[in-house]
Amino acid sequence: MSALLVSGVGRVFPGVRGGRPVTALQPTDLSVPSDDFVTILGPSGCGKSTLLRIVAGLDRPTTGTVTLDGRPVRGPGPDRGMVFQSYTLFPWLTVEDNIGFGLREKGASAAETRETIAYYVDQVGLKGFEKHWPKQLSGGMQQRTAIARALANDPKILLLDEPFGALDNQTRGLMQELLLGIWERRHKMVLFVTHDIEEAIFVGSRIVTMSARPGRIKSIIPVDLPHPRHYTLKSSPEFSALRARLTEEIRSEAIRADSEA
Amino acid sequence: MIRPFQPVSARARVALGLSFFALFVAVWSLATFGGFVSRTFLADPLTMLADGWFLLSRQDFLFDIGMTVWRVVGGFVLAAVFAVPIGILMGAYKPVEALLEPFVSFSRYLPASAFVPLLILWAGIGETQKLLVIFIGSFFQIVLMVAGTVGATRQDLVEAAYTLGARDRGVVARVVIPSGAPDIAEILRLVLGWAWTYVIVAELIGASSGIGYMIINSQALMATGQIIFGIIVIGLIGLVTDVLFKALNHRLFAWRFA
Repeated sequence: MSALLVSGVGRVFPGVRGGRPVTALQPTDLSVPSDDFVTILGPSGCGKSTLLRIVAGLDRPTTGTVTLDGRPVRGPGPDRGMVFQSYTLFPWLTVEDNIGFGLREKGASAAETRETIAYYVDQVGLKGFEKHWPKQLSGGMQQRTAIARALANDPKILLLDEPFGALDNQTRGLMQELLLGIWERRHKMVLFVTHDIEEAIFVGSRIVTMSARPGRIKSIIPVDLPHPRHYTLKSSPEFSALRARLTEEIRSEAIRADSEA
Repeated sequence: MIRPFQPVSARARVALGLSFFALFVAVWSLATFGGFVSRTFLADPLTMLADGWFLLSRQDFLFDIGMTVWRVVGGFVLAAVFAVPIGILMGAYKPVEALLEPFVSFSRYLPASAFVPLLILWAGIGETQKLLVIFIGSFFQIVLMVAGTVGATRQDLVEAAYTLGARDRGVVARVVIPSGAPDIAEILRLVLGWAWTYVIVAELIGASSGIGYMIINSQALMATGQIIFGIIVIGLIGLVTDVLFKALNHRLFAWRFA
């Protein structure tokens, strides 16, 4: 049973001021089973964010279609929750109102909203910060709220576009554990875009590597590391072997992309 | 030592602010009491105060102040009630912007004061004419500035709202308006200041009450003390409304100042 089906999805941006059109993404096929955690790994300009935005419905493919549970994606919707790299909490809403944004849009009852907010506040470890404004939170706390906000809608798939890219290394490590912990407790389809190899291995069940100019899928590598995963896994030999392999793949891509830029 | 961007203490801030007022009055006193400027053209501070007292106690100047405040607030509120929604529509919906923006940009440069003779022909010299002058002066400015603010709404917030299930109306009501509200309040504060200029212009011609009417009457009497008193009253009212507006914004939009 395949839940997310990307078939022949390509994206060409029209040329700017008479320039040549740019192929951001070559026609691509990808299928994600309903409880899979897929990481998309690649250098800048490989079209990984473009692919994610097309799945989210925020960008339209030039060719191909995306279907989720058999229903074609025509625009953004609450069945596909998204966490952005930039901080996109609504600054005029408190943490709890941010998390409840989608529920209010859905018309959920006050009791259900309160319960759901409390559950996800707890899941992302933000107890005591419910009444804070985003401005009063650290970057890591803001992204935790953003994850809770996306999950509170109970989407079929969670889309994350380099969500920890702006965080410092230590916080990033903690955030990976937190996200993975949530997924291990309650399997959900996840599409996670990153350019950090360790991150891609640690959280993912499968890694889709992409290459640049034009953007396309290069390989799909399963991560056969047992769950639940502990951060010490990062220093295990299996992890290191996978990291070495991926480093080699991504490195050659990055060099090629850089020399053509 | 003054260094760039170094903050000052709250007490020093108040003291410095007041000291410049003191300096201003001191220079004025020196010029008038010292005999450097003829009394015919510039009253000294004490004469100004005496004239002010005369206006308030004998000439029912409080009524004039009330009339002027009423006209400013009336014309301004009328303009804001229509201009803010139109500005929001223009900022959010590009076809509306394409339709209205050129005309509004053109109308913005039409001087409100130049409409006074025309408005007297159309609306007489009653209150309607005064309100219309302020309306014309404020309306187009508010529309354009609100449209600009709304047009600059952070697109990543709009996208986030869509992925959370918001539809077009929800995006306008729950993202565009709340995110722009503090700037819209700031625009209104700014334009209210301008409205004070238009009201005096409206009262200089064809009025029988108001601060502007008193000023034009005092000119005929060479009562410069009264004119200066009237101008200072306007300044004080402006200062007070400004402080109130700012305090209100801080309360309403606490998230921005947190």
